[in-house]
Amino acid sequence: MHLADAAPVLGQVEIRDRSEASCISENKLCPGWIVDNFDRYTDPLAQHLYLTVTSVVIGFVIAFALALIARRRRWLVGPIVGFTGVLYTLPSLAVFFLLLPITGRGSTTAIIALTAYTLQIIFRNIVLGLQNVPEEARDAGRGVGLTDRQLLWRVELPLAIPDIVAGLRIATTSTVGLATLAVFAGAGGLGEQIISGSNITFKTGVVAAGGLAVLLAFALDVILLGVQRVLTPWRRVQPA
Amino acid sequence: MIEIAGVVSDFGDALDFIFSTREAQTGGVEVGGLSEVWEFTWEHLKVSFAAIGVACAIAVPVGLALGHAGKGELLAISLSNVGRAVPSLALIAFFVAYIGVGFTNVMLALVLLAIPPILTNTYVGVRQVDREVIDAGKGMGLRPHQVVQRIELPLALSSIFGGIRTSAVNVVATATIAPLAGVLTLGDYILSANVYGPDGRLAGAMLVAVLALTVELVFAAIQRAVEPRGLQTTT
Amino acid sequence: MAGDASSTSRTSASSVEYRNVVKRYPGQAEPAISDLSLTVPAGEICVLVGPSGCGKTTALRLANRMIELTQGDILIDGTSIKSRAAAELRRGIGYVIQQIGLFPHLTIGENVGVVPKLLGWDRKRIDARVDELLELTSLGSELRDRYPAQLSGGQRQRVGVARALAADPPLMLMDEPFGAVDPINRERLQNQFLRLQSEIRKTILFVTHDIDEAIKMGDRVAVLRKGGVLAQYATPEELLMSPADEFVEDFVGADRALKRLSLLRVRDIDLWKAPLVRVGEPTARARAAIAEADLPYPIVVDAGGRPLGWMSERDLARETVPDRPDTAPDPILELEDVLRDALSDLLRSDTQYGPVVDGNGAVVGVLSVEIISEFLNSPEATMHLTPAAERA
Repeated sequence: MHLADAAPVLGQVEIRDRSEASCISENKLCPGWIVDNFDRYTDPLAQHLYLTVTSVVIGFVIAFALALIARRRRWLVGPIVGFTGVLYTLPSLAVFFLLLPITGRGSTTAIIALTAYTLQIIFRNIVLGLQNVPEEARDAGRGVGLTDRQLLWRVELPLAIPDIVAGLRIATTSTVGLATLAVFAGAGGLGEQIISGSNITFKTGVVAAGGLAVLLAFALDVILLGVQRVLTPWRRVQPA
Repeated sequence: MIEIAGVVSDFGDALDFIFSTREAQTGGVEVGGLSEVWEFTWEHLKVSFAAIGVACAIAVPVGLALGHAGKGELLAISLSNVGRAVPSLALIAFFVAYIGVGFTNVMLALVLLAIPPILTNTYVGVRQVDREVIDAGKGMGLRPHQVVQRIELPLALSSIFGGIRTSAVNVVATATIAPLAGVLTLGDYILSANVYGPDGRLAGAMLVAVLALTVELVFAAIQRAVEPRGLQTTT
Repeated sequence: MAGDASSTSRTSASSVEYRNVVKRYPGQAEPAISDLSLTVPAGEICVLVGPSGCGKTTALRLANRMIELTQGDILIDGTSIKSRAAAELRRGIGYVIQQIGLFPHLTIGENVGVVPKLLGWDRKRIDARVDELLELTSLGSELRDRYPAQLSGGQRQRVGVARALAADPPLMLMDEPFGAVDPINRERLQNQFLRLQSEIRKTILFVTHDIDEAIKMGDRVAVLRKGGVLAQYATPEELLMSPADEFVEDFVGADRALKRLSLLRVRDIDLWKAPLVRVGEPTARARAAIAEADLPYPIVVDAGGRPLGWMSERDLARETVPDRPDTAPDPILELEDVLRDALSDLLRSDTQYGPVVDGNGAVVGVLSVEIISEFLNSPEATMHLTPAAERA
């Protein structure tokens, strides 16, 4: 795909208003057009949200399982961090096409690649969160007669929530960014609107789609932060 | 069984593409083969490292200055968060739409991408230097820029390289879509699959993956190497 | 009741027996504990004390299987601790540690109710018990919905004790429980705890490195030397009067006479009679009272006999006894106070005398530093304090 010149996109774009026509043909930034044509973005946005949330949720489940396994077997942490690190390093675009022979084009391929990318940061943060539990709370927990499982679910995990959510936030914002590439795997998303039918010189389109992605990332981040605050009432009080 | 065989043969074909030339799917020119692969790889590395270099030249001094003064923590940390949320595709597209195609433009977009992790890590690395060591330095009569040069920089080096390592991997990954802006990196094999064929596309994916891993390993080694002897803690 | 693991402990206190207990850590030449045997009768406080590294904390933690025995056994009410699953065993034992270890994410009420909840008590019973315990430890039930971060160190310490008492365990293990608190509050906490113990009478194993605390708190004291070797296991009196060997003698300290003060209370000693006057009485009465008393300084008391202050020369020169005397009555000492603490209070307040009050707060006499030092020099105090070396 070589883009030698920036051809106007009149032909590819719907124009609902006469005054917009000149704005578009001169390829300037036209907010009015964005508002009028917003329905263009609703499906890609929904798809983008779907890809992001699915990937992060599956990534969380896998990373959580790995963290529970590694909890009693410290020696596993290094290798898992290493392996998930490799997954993190591989560029998502490459992964889409490495998976192509196996899973073909579409959402599944995109989700597998995006999930793999989230594993390391979520895993590390869960492990870190569990490690950061104050030792005396653990000692007291065992001392009052909590079984190992009860200790994990009633003491360690609640106290690890801030670190875990921090990892989820990083994973989510990164995934929103990466999911723009999902279009190359045939999975749609906002990236579809950025490259806007093989023409990425459409300024308004680029700003609209890119801006929506950033807003989505921001919104999800705030939601996660809100969830954390709801789950951790003890952190909201003033210390003595 | 047949599926596995099919997958294996697909990868075999891709490897073949790397080593031998063949006619393009669209006809006419010869594609594939080592020399073309090397050309694209070299372009890929050029644009990536040019961007990383410029980003370091900007981010490291700024990070050192802010870290030394203890100011701008909110900026340093937020920059990374915002940077993560901006999709690389949007960044490249934005530059193409507003500034145009070409090596320099792509490089500039990559510089913007590379700055946040380097700046944040440099800042954090300097802030984590033991206050007492800095006080000792000042007490010995070192002037501010000497404190930065002789104490803060060496001790923060590992953290700084951690940031450079993260940026490097991100930049190399993003340089994969540089062909959208006229810079022919290894990503061309993927983005112009109509020319190179499915073998070329898969080959491109493999090459990009290997390149990214190599860069990561090299920088990890450098990071470990610059760790001051007394503080070995690299992961 | 389903899940109630404390069926054997419906009685209020258990006896504990260490039988030839050995604890060896892999890779270490010397065992941490080598052959420790002692018995703690039900309802008593046994203090494990010794220098750092002697194994006292290890010995304590063996009892609730936080650390596993290498050899030997520990019996609670005659039943081996190995016969129950560890978690189940611990729900029947109160456990208080130095750093307290309250769960930061639970409210005070939830913290205290942890064990009852584990045992399956119903909500109402837990709530009632929590309120009861908060009152018992003088914390007040308003604290129940607060979080640990909002409490002071002393308050947190008391919550730790309340938590340990929640399921009414017959045995309590306490590892330097007052160690993390400042000395003034520590004294208060110790007194409160002793008062509590006089009501609930639990069996308590208490670890401390502070010999003074051991003497003050213990019904029996086990002095351990390195390797968990029992140097002496006796009442505090015996420990002070007849140390078993030089090690114990050194550990107890040369000022054994002074330490005896920890064993006596203010009520055990003869107090001076104080001249008492009421507000509004003519000062002539004050002068008359002085003639009959042991010291020339009148104490002004209210209708209930509670001390309001000391009268000064200036006060005596007036017509009637003022309601606000020149000198404050502090430090006010109680009959139940341990003599050692009373002495500290007097010295800290930089005064020679302190009024002593009974349970109702009414003045019953005056304690002075002079009385205490007279006592220390008396034959009664120094008798039987022969050095171990001479007795050998």
